Amino acid sequence: MEWVQQLVNGISLGSIYALIALGYTMVYGIIKLINFAHGEIFMIGAFVGFYAISGWGLGFFPALLLAMTVCALFGVIIERVAYRRLRNATRIAALITAIGISLLIQYVVIYFRGAQPEAYPNVLSNRSFDFFGAQISSQSLMILCTSIALMILLQFIVHKTKIGKAMRAVSHDMDAARLMGINVNTTISATFAIGSALAGAAGVFFGVYYTKIEPLMGVIPGLKAFVAAVLGGIGIIPGAMVGGLLLGVVETVVSALGYSLWRDAAAFIILILILLFKPSGIFGKNAREKV
Amino acid sequence: MLKVDGIDVFYGNIHALKGVSIEVLEGEIVTLIGANGAGKSTLLKTLSGLLKPKNGSIQYENKSIAGKAAQTIVKTGISHVPEGRRVFANMTVEENLELGAYVRKDKQIQKDIQKVYETFPRLHERRKQLSGTLSGGEQQMLAMGRAIMAKPKLLLLDEPSMGLAPIMVKTIFEIIEDINKNGTTILLVEQNAHMALSVAKRGYVIETGRVVLTGSAKDLQASEEIKSAYLGG
Ligand SMILES: Nc1ncnc2c1ncn2[C@@H]1O[C@H](COP(=O)(O)OP(=O)(O)OP(=O)(O)O)[C@@H](O)[C@H]1O
Ligand SMILES: [Mg+2]
Repeated sequence: MEWVQQLVNGISLGSIYALIALGYTMVYGIIKLINFAHGEIFMIGAFVGFYAISGWGLGFFPALLLAMTVCALFGVIIERVAYRRLRNATRIAALITAIGISLLIQYVVIYFRGAQPEAYPNVLSNRSFDFFGAQISSQSLMILCTSIALMILLQFIVHKTKIGKAMRAVSHDMDAARLMGINVNTTISATFAIGSALAGAAGVFFGVYYTKIEPLMGVIPGLKAFVAAVLGGIGIIPGAMVGGLLLGVVETVVSALGYSLWRDAAAFIILILILLFKPSGIFGKNAREKV
Repeated sequence: MLKVDGIDVFYGNIHALKGVSIEVLEGEIVTLIGANGAGKSTLLKTLSGLLKPKNGSIQYENKSIAGKAAQTIVKTGISHVPEGRRVFANMTVEENLELGAYVRKDKQIQKDIQKVYETFPRLHERRKQLSGTLSGGEQQMLAMGRAIMAKPKLLLLDEPSMGLAPIMVKTIFEIIEDINKNGTTILLVEQNAHMALSVAKRGYVIETGRVVLTGSAKDLQASEEIKSAYLGG
């Protein structure tokens, strides 16, 4: 029954990737920018959660909520300060800016608190229980359930609320959206807020799950979540969810088969294969790019 | 209702509208005709706020709207059906209609969606379908239905007959007249000058960014210049 256990681990890890990937894909969907600073938002989320739990003694859910709120604000500010003025600039200019912001956040955090890692406090009780013979930890189950709840909430927002409809309209055609009376700037801010909040949640989950955080922790999960978003089809929300889960499972399986040194490589091999054979991703139609 | 006075509009260095003045009175259908690239769409985009004029004034219901943001202008009662329909292909027919009512806060929205379905029964059949999968004619109906959902006082239509079969053109024009009879003022851009002049009260002819001729639809239909340039002899 070990494989059930591995599968649950893989899905838990995958749900963290999925939450980060959602922000990449939503931002790409709306302004066609790969926000490379997104991994740093994830890191900020982990640290806010850390200080909230170990500094202020908050519980898991209040800390999660706080991290999500701070990250949402952070995402909105980054867009407002850095990306908005580049909206009509070339894509490469925006991309380079995103990389610049990413480095800036990393080193500002290091400047203020140093580069040393921090041990994440134990906020979730970690009993394991028996599930058809497999040992499942309550922690990974909790992470999994909360991520799924967040993803369902996201689907609800995107499909049923006014702001969600505005987001989809803006991502398809900004001028036509303006003609409907949609405020494009507000809608883009909302997209950054939601995507960043999800990354913040992922940061807290990551801290709880791997128990170690540090200022450069956003780089690799950020890149992997980017791979997950491309795997699912960049710009497609269910694609990011599926891509993230799939990547988590693949990594866990690769480790479980005894190739744990290949774990990180697996993600990038997937990226290369996807870009070679189906650049539009699992859910993407092989359509021409919209102008 | 709408008074445009001497507006200049640029795309970068391209001077697309040169001192254009037009007027639309409440209740009228006014048409703009002109060759490709004359500046008709540019004028509509400037009226709805997608473009900003460099000089000149735009008075709508005695208030200046020149340079205001599109999302502000639509709230004042101007709806623009853009060239090429521009429906939200990634959303269903019904969601497109709901977005048309984005600026409204009243409780009549669902009722008005049903009214649009009465006008365009085809849209009712397709209401759960992604609008990107509609035919061109159906997308045109949707684009018009979506604009009506905002309850506009002034409707700007950019080539509603483009790419439609003759029978469909006739239907669309009948609907345009109906919308007008129900109290909406219409500014209509058309390649099909013949049809446009048959429903309009007045018209303006635009050439390379300037208004070169204006008059009642009847006079324009009779004019030799118009006949040879836009009515095919
Ligand atoms: N986005 C743009 N950038 C640069 N130039 C533009 C742009 N849009 C239009 N133009 C130019 O402005 C002029 C007027 O274009 P406009 O679209 O208003 O013409 P039109 O009268 O609507 O023509 P058509 O009947 O072909 O739709 C044209 O010369 C066109 O090339
Ligand atoms: Mg045009």
